[in-house]
Amino acid sequence: MKSMNVLFFVSLPLVASAVYGEVRFDRDIRPILADRCFQCHGPADADREADLRLDQAEGTDGAYRESAGTIAIQPGSLEQSEVWTRITSRDPDLVMPPLQGSKPPLSASEIAMLKKWIEQGAPYEDFWAFVPPTAPKFPQDVQGTPIDRFVLRKLKAEGLDPSPRADKRTLIRRVTFDLTGLPPTREEIHAFIEDDSLEAYENVVDRLLQSPHFGEHLAKFWLDLVRFADTNGIHHDHYRDLSSYRDWVIRSFNANLPYDDFTRYQLAGDLYPEPTRDQLIASGFHRLHLIIDRGTALPEESFTRNVLDRVTSVGTAFLGITVQCVVCHDHKYDPMTMKDFYSLSAFFNNIDAAPETGGRNGSDFLRGLQTPYINLTDQRQEARLAELDAQVDGATVELERLKKSRQEVGEDEEKKAEMETLLKDGEKHLNEATQARNDYLITIPAAMVMKERSDQRPAHVLIRGAYDHPGEQVSRDTPKFLPPMKNVQGEKNRMDLANWFVDPEHPLTARVTVNRFWQQLFGVGIVKTSEDFGAQGEWPTHPDLLDYLAVRFVDSGWDVKGLMREIVLSDTYQQSSYATPKVFQQDPQNRLLARGSRFRMDSEMIRDQILSSSGLLNPELFGKSVKPPQPDGLWKAVGMPSSYPAVFVADEGDKILRRSIYTFWKRGMPPPQMTILNAPSREVCTTRRERTNTPLQALLLLNEPEYLRAARQLAFNVLAAPESSSPGQIDVIVETVTSHLPTPSERQNYLKLVTDLSALYLSAPELAEELCENETPPEGVTMPEWAAWTMLTSTIYNLDVTKTRQ
Amino acid sequence: MNESIINENWRLARRQFLKTSGMGLGASVLGSLMQQSSAAEEAVLDVPHRPQRAKRVIFLFMAGAPSQVDLFDYKPELDKQFRKPLPPSVSMGQRVTAMTQGREQLVAPSMYKFHPQGESGNYMCELFPFLSQTADDLCIVNSLNTNAINHDPAKTFVCTGAEIPGRPSMGAWLSYGLGSMNRDLPDFVVLNSAFWTGGMRNTQALYSRLWGSGPLPSKHQGVKFQTAGDPVLFLSNPKGIDSGIRRRMLDTARAVNQQHFSTIGDPEIETTIAQQEMAFRMQSSVPELTDLAGEPKHILDLYGPEVTKQGSFARNCLLARRMVERGVRFIQLFHRGWDHHTILPKQMPGQCYDIDQPCAALIDDLKQRGLFEDTLIVCAGEFGRTVYGQGTLKRDDYGRDHHPRCFSGWLAGGGIKGGLTYGETDDFSYNVVKDPVTVRDLHATMLHQLGIDHERLSIPYQGLDLRLTGVEPTRVIHEILS
Repeated sequence: MKSMNVLFFVSLPLVASAVYGEVRFDRDIRPILADRCFQCHGPADADREADLRLDQAEGTDGAYRESAGTIAIQPGSLEQSEVWTRITSRDPDLVMPPLQGSKPPLSASEIAMLKKWIEQGAPYEDFWAFVPPTAPKFPQDVQGTPIDRFVLRKLKAEGLDPSPRADKRTLIRRVTFDLTGLPPTREEIHAFIEDDSLEAYENVVDRLLQSPHFGEHLAKFWLDLVRFADTNGIHHDHYRDLSSYRDWVIRSFNANLPYDDFTRYQLAGDLYPEPTRDQLIASGFHRLHLIIDRGTALPEESFTRNVLDRVTSVGTAFLGITVQCVVCHDHKYDPMTMKDFYSLSAFFNNIDAAPETGGRNGSDFLRGLQTPYINLTDQRQEARLAELDAQVDGATVELERLKKSRQEVGEDEEKKAEMETLLKDGEKHLNEATQARNDYLITIPAAMVMKERSDQRPAHVLIRGAYDHPGEQVSRDTPKFLPPMKNVQGEKNRMDLANWFVDPEHPLTARVTVNRFWQQLFGVGIVKTSEDFGAQGEWPTHPDLLDYLAVRFVDSGWDVKGLMREIVLSDTYQQSSYATPKVFQQDPQNRLLARGSRFRMDSEMIRDQILSSSGLLNPELFGKSVKPPQPDGLWKAVGMPSSYPAVFVADEGDKILRRSIYTFWKRGMPPPQMTILNAPSREVCTTRRERTNTPLQALLLLNEPEYLRAARQLAFNVLAAPESSSPGQIDVIVETVTSHLPTPSERQNYLKLVTDLSALYLSAPELAEELCENETPPEGVTMPEWAAWTMLTSTIYNLDVTKTRQ
Repeated sequence: MNESIINENWRLARRQFLKTSGMGLGASVLGSLMQQSSAAEEAVLDVPHRPQRAKRVIFLFMAGAPSQVDLFDYKPELDKQFRKPLPPSVSMGQRVTAMTQGREQLVAPSMYKFHPQGESGNYMCELFPFLSQTADDLCIVNSLNTNAINHDPAKTFVCTGAEIPGRPSMGAWLSYGLGSMNRDLPDFVVLNSAFWTGGMRNTQALYSRLWGSGPLPSKHQGVKFQTAGDPVLFLSNPKGIDSGIRRRMLDTARAVNQQHFSTIGDPEIETTIAQQEMAFRMQSSVPELTDLAGEPKHILDLYGPEVTKQGSFARNCLLARRMVERGVRFIQLFHRGWDHHTILPKQMPGQCYDIDQPCAALIDDLKQRGLFEDTLIVCAGEFGRTVYGQGTLKRDDYGRDHHPRCFSGWLAGGGIKGGLTYGETDDFSYNVVKDPVTVRDLHATMLHQLGIDHERLSIPYQGLDLRLTGVEPTRVIHEILS
């Protein structure tokens, strides 16, 4: 067992040659020190041993300092460096890291690296990600677009050649999926193949960037990042409607809203002097956190939880630094302190809202809303609402009048009885008017928004993160290890914070953002740990490329479509993903990009592809989340009978054929079609999904009833079309699903499958009827034939290439 | 299943891979093929760190928090305190839930009788007539304690070691750390009771995060077996596809995938082929697992009359035993219905009826198959309940609020000392006064029995070394180990 695990987890170091060349502190040394030493000799004051910190050179605790006659690190001298003595000591009481600790000992190669570094003068450098990016020089010894030059230079250094351009079918499939999340149609493929012009590919890219499906696809990644969902996520897990925020994200990507405004709107949309509706909707970013419903929890605790969740999401989404651990203690690896964290939290602790969702009465609960929110009415709806409001007001006034006159009636029994009847009618009238207004309100979309309280709540460091242990009071501020805010007069607010994030001098925002877009297009970021640009994150494979993209992104006016366009037009992006054994062996994870990337698509893309290629997709944009069918009993098995809603009721008609971005997301039990394929639960911010390949996924793709129905539909479409020969029909199905034509031997395989299955279904016609649910086959086609072709189509839907973007 | 089979599979897979790929690849490539890519950086594991006393765990999770006062923590003297206020010297300003905030705290003695049982004399509640027969196998811990006062964070804490959602669950850690013991079933299975007898009021929600993998590769997450329909989602062939047709179509898929692999060269295609074959095998192995037709009558009788009902706790206990036999590493049963804020005496007997005989049967059944020694059974809720009453307070009608400062659970098998009662609370079953056991201590002890040092099973995640037991001081409770 032991040896097996070791085998499993050994991974080739990406940069194996550093030992023989120049050692870089950031890339080669800091990760070792961070992992083995910083726990006791790092930035956290509270845990520091021997008054020594190895994360910095200078200072009375720094690595170069002399204490009691010893110097921790003497640049250039192993003999005089106590660190060297200790890490190479054979004395169990002296050796570092301590044997009894939880950290594994340093490996021989790590010790060699440290040796080389000390010998080279032990130079420290400021942590790269906290220094503002500057435009790097383009490599001159290689040709191509700037992106290609940075990639080629690295390939050259590693002795690798780039791969040729992918064939046209692969290319249009790749770029269509990457920019819209949908496959190309056969017509689009043919048009591209027939277009011999030099601009053919560029034209495809520009067409795709204009597609309304572009925004839907990009929104999918953003919604993971901000943990968008349709329920409150704790306790009852009630309905919570934030769909207008989702729609705003889609619209913003489609309209190519500059990313700095995209950031400002979300962080501080409510603080514009006269905020537009979109700015307010965007501020719903602050309402996406998990929130407990009123009942058993303590409101003060819930309040703190919400604030911390908000700050954490800002840290992950905009800062690209994990801040969660700083809730309880100073960071052991990064310079972020508790005070930094709680100073940041002071920007987000002032919402004018209850800390818990509440109250089952009234229309808010049914609409999944909690104040503050705005009704997204149009003029007609406003008029109608005003009318209904007036009716409620009228009924209220009338009832008041009746109550008053009852008191004046006196003792006359007859008149009293008459009054009682009138009163009852009046009450009934008011109830009806209220009901009518609420019924109408429920049909009106709304958006929960951010709203600042008039007075400012004090903020404190919370000792060990406990809501009831406030420590030092803190004021609104940005983390000290990052550049300070500029030009702020008076009390800082969220708008100042937003402006600080998108300041061109900010070292993180642009880098973190372009890295995520890169990750989206290549499957893995230039910094693989896209959630953590801190000391424990991974060193970028192409630091210059990352900085080039970041600077260019800012200079372009934060132009998202422009960035995507530049990347997909690079030769690097357009390479074939086929791997020769040599290339694969040298770089199995393709971090050097000597070939195009190849990875399994996300759950949404897989489902949307099935719907789209079978012709079933309902391409409608926007609106309330929808519920495509799922296996029975999933909600019931985990939910509370008093949850709203407690029982899953699938939608009907073409609502179940919408793109997956519109699928209802219950955090306690998200749709299995999504989670089985690694979609997150949306309880925490997720910058990258993992990609596994499991038997449960195989079962899903083989047996999901809606997916099988789509296969039947595609088979129907092809059998009903004028194309008459079986090989021709096979070609149409394969091309529709995979964008490629089958090879002759594949075609033979498929033909044989159809022949065999037709015979099988002919001998068991009841099976064919069950598979086709007794619907009418296309004209001139028998039920067993239709069934056989359905299974052929399902086979193609289950190929590895179908679920893979390559 | 045993290690030699796993190793053989490993060798076969490697040989097959090397043959079909024509590449003499290093271990890392094959590692990524077998293990899959993941968001978490894979660490070099050296697990197990020490000899294992247990190979697997059955965790019986009593969701909603059963009353320790009524079931385990025997306090005969409380009888005299009926309706008397809880002394402030005991409550010490303990925070309470929003439900009983500001209310008077009057003592509600348990109406149930306790008797010393077996040679050990472990005190057992009269509501557990069957479990009482196994008193000498049980280690009852009365000094468990936790931080959270509400169900959701408290359950998340017990299941994942943190109140905040998103951390790997216990079973995921074990799957990650120890690997697989079988080739046809998941490492970590979750079984949820479809019903319970103690009333459906105050049902607490469950969340898939309770068996999630957090930042570990998701292959380690619990697979929740469904109580109705397919035990594993999408397991059955849809209507109109029999296994012959499925086999025929998979053969074509395999052939075409194989051709693609030879041109594209990505071993991930091989994985897809392998997983489709695994799925096909699961289509028989899972129904074989859940089909109890082969169980003799005396075994069914052992688990009691409820065993015949789909989704009963009794049936899930029997399924757990069958999974143990088939090499599932971690089996977690969820039984809800313990949140007895009011009318506790109306609900408690039914709840105990649900679990009493099946738990005892599980112990006996594992024993007679020689599996008890290396199977660790743990039974606990997410916190305890207050000694003071909530709602109506009569001798035979009362309820209890949430109580994090002490609660009870029991362990058995897997190198645990049987016939022991460990830890003590004060006279009011309110504060732990001797041998406290935190949830993290419980986790550390479980891991210890599985050969894992809780401080060494960790992954780097978001700038910290993530582990099940977190960063607070934690200790293995050696006193309860045999």
